Amino acid sequence: MQIEKHTLDNGLTVLLKESRHAPVTTFWVWYRVGSRNEVPGITGIAHYVEHMLFKGSRAFPKEQVHKEIARNGGVRNAYTWLDFTTFFETLPSDRIDLGLRIEADRMVNALFDPEEAALERTVIISERQGAENQPTFLLSEEVVGTAFRVHPYHHETIGDMCDLETISREELWHHYQTYYGPSNAIAVAVGDFDAPSMRARMEELFGPLAARSNPPSVNRPEPPQRGERRLNLEGPGRTAYLQAAYRAPAAKDPDFFPMVILSSILTGASGMSIVAAGPPNRTSRLYRALVETELAAAVSGSLSPMLDPFLYTIAATVRAGRTLDEVEEALNREMAKILTEPISEQELEMAIKQSKAQFAYSSESVTNQGFWLGYASIVAEPDWFEGFLGSLEAVTVEDVTRAAGTYLRKRNRTVGRYIPQGL
Amino acid sequence: MSTSLPSPETIFRAELPNGITVLAYENLNSPSVVISGHLWAGAISETAEQAGLSSLTAGMLMRGTERRTFGQINDALESVGAQLGIRSHAHTVGFGGKALAEELDLLLDILADSLQHPTFPAAELEKLRGQVLTAIQRRADDTSSMAWLAFDALLYPDHPYGRSVMGYEETVSGLGGAHLLSYYRDHYSPQGMVLAVVGAVSPDAVLDKVRRALGDWQAPGASSNRSIPPNVRLDETRRDTVIVEGKSQSDIVLGWPALARCDADYMTARLANTVLGVFGMMGRLGDNIRERQGLAYYAYSRLEAGLGAGPWTAVAGVNPANVERAVEGILDEVRRLRDEPVPQEELADSQSYLTGSMPLRLETNEGVATSLLEIERHDLGLDYLMRYAGLVNAISVDDIQETARKYLDPEVYALAVAGPELANG
Repeated sequence: MQIEKHTLDNGLTVLLKESRHAPVTTFWVWYRVGSRNEVPGITGIAHYVEHMLFKGSRAFPKEQVHKEIARNGGVRNAYTWLDFTTFFETLPSDRIDLGLRIEADRMVNALFDPEEAALERTVIISERQGAENQPTFLLSEEVVGTAFRVHPYHHETIGDMCDLETISREELWHHYQTYYGPSNAIAVAVGDFDAPSMRARMEELFGPLAARSNPPSVNRPEPPQRGERRLNLEGPGRTAYLQAAYRAPAAKDPDFFPMVILSSILTGASGMSIVAAGPPNRTSRLYRALVETELAAAVSGSLSPMLDPFLYTIAATVRAGRTLDEVEEALNREMAKILTEPISEQELEMAIKQSKAQFAYSSESVTNQGFWLGYASIVAEPDWFEGFLGSLEAVTVEDVTRAAGTYLRKRNRTVGRYIPQGL
Repeated sequence: MSTSLPSPETIFRAELPNGITVLAYENLNSPSVVISGHLWAGAISETAEQAGLSSLTAGMLMRGTERRTFGQINDALESVGAQLGIRSHAHTVGFGGKALAEELDLLLDILADSLQHPTFPAAELEKLRGQVLTAIQRRADDTSSMAWLAFDALLYPDHPYGRSVMGYEETVSGLGGAHLLSYYRDHYSPQGMVLAVVGAVSPDAVLDKVRRALGDWQAPGASSNRSIPPNVRLDETRRDTVIVEGKSQSDIVLGWPALARCDADYMTARLANTVLGVFGMMGRLGDNIRERQGLAYYAYSRLEAGLGAGPWTAVAGVNPANVERAVEGILDEVRRLRDEPVPQEELADSQSYLTGSMPLRLETNEGVATSLLEIERHDLGLDYLMRYAGLVNAISVDDIQETARKYLDPEVYALAVAGPELANG
């Protein structure tokens, strides 16, 4: 099904895709603001602002968003990450107008009541404390912070505790005024609707919203890495964890797709669902080298499409009775192999086939489709996701060899070790 | 686009002579297919000394069969982007997988092979055991898992629901290949097995394929354990605190023994639970503990009504200093649900949520398969989805209050907390 793209006079990008397999429609609004727009002192503010958009806007007083959506049989959520903040509602198709009205109102009319801002601060601190309970969060925070010294990808989206304690209501309001508005947003609808009527309704609701001046862009590129970085983190528990994060190309870099193939061969195909776990990776090289050999209990990889170069991170859980050294040595042997021997045509074909299957599964849910369409528009362009399979099919063994040589060297990585103190 | 719900006209159901029930629902909108189902070999058949046996047995089924090694099974599935998993629960061993529709034969072949001809290779058992022991070690460091483990043990002492399905370090360490083989021989049977297939395959083709893959399976030495463990009573408050050092947050699980899915009170309890801790941003518990007090990122309630009477629980993750305040918040909301009739409008909201969200739950093949299995397992009738809205809307304000009073007691409850020790004790 074709994607229809329009730009309203106030700068709002509108993407529509009819998908009539079930009587369900999803509506997303994506803002080009994430933790990439934060400086020390206000880390976590993008996520905090996201929370405040559930605390009341002119037409939808506090908590009404949750209640209205639920009583209409829908689901809603919001996500803030490095490159974006996004809000969505998925509803029975005859109710989707509610989602449009909520998003149009809070795009410019959120209230930021000072009392609500104070109450939400402790909720967010609690969210961070819940994350801190997980050793893998603590380790990842250290690894990413070590991999990025200059670029604001350096800090976690949830923010540093000292900033969560001090960000003021005025700072939240200022952030909202700076980054929220039609020209910095992308509205996406996927589902069982008639595109011309949907387009007209969006014009009606979003068209009158005043354009705001363009927000400042971030320009603090990370300098090239010149040598392996290493860190140890001590903490509770009896389980050790290893993470190796390689600096990776951005979504629009031609090397991104060869990296997707490498990631698939090393740590398994990526899932396309925003809720389900990724597919199993038991045929991947690192599963064979680390888990089949009984050194690790699990291994996984993550390579996300990003606006700026980010990371391909390999994460392993050290098996009870084994050591970090043993796991790292086995990892190093496998990574050396991919630098010295080309991958096989068969491996390349399998990686593509696996992605095809993930696409088919993903297409069952309009919510997934809305997510990827919006995500692609933020980090590249709307047809980046639709063209994903084609781009993968165009990758050659030589492309993969070149990408491995560029990105998967030791000098390009940060290695973090979680050393449990409960042993 | 079809707006019709799966109904007796569109759900295909057949029983094979060996006792397997096949459910099929055709959805041509996506080129994929989902299989999902269960048989009766869950953890209620194991002893406390062998906790984890059912889980380990299920985990070994795909690690070697008479026709394929673990590696060959993985190659066959992953080379076409298919996935399949088998795992044990309290009553059943469940399986689920998906693939592009043209690979349904492969999924069924590997499922049938794993269920009928597992070989339990010793080397694979040691690999899996190491992974399970590592998971148990990680669990001991996870406040949420430890709160649940402690809660189940408090509420269900000397009862299968009080034990971990995954097992414990000392029990899992002692399980050998012979234990697994004998558990398999005693409990894996096609009798009562259910298999749902949803996706771009016609019901006739599904029946034909399932018959070919599983129709010949006979297990005369095995018996399906469909027994229901006895209900438990809670006569006085029980509390347990698990210290997990070095953590920033404590997890709370507070609850009561409740009811089975087949209980006449089920739909009322489900609606009451929606009001208490689900609706909108986690119902009244979310309003109180998260929105009004700002104490927690999550605070919600959960009703686990299965074949036997599962627990009705309230859950929250809070700063260790706020545990008592959060517990008081939970108990206050329980009192309010018992003492004050739910306003008609609030009840109507939760009813609209439960009925209105059905199209979303049935959007994907997995969602449909889940509904078909629930219908079959609890004998709800193939017209259940058509009747569902009527059942929900028939519940009154008085019903909710009566059910809250029957199951939720703010004076007598089980409470488990897992987190760091407070400096002031």
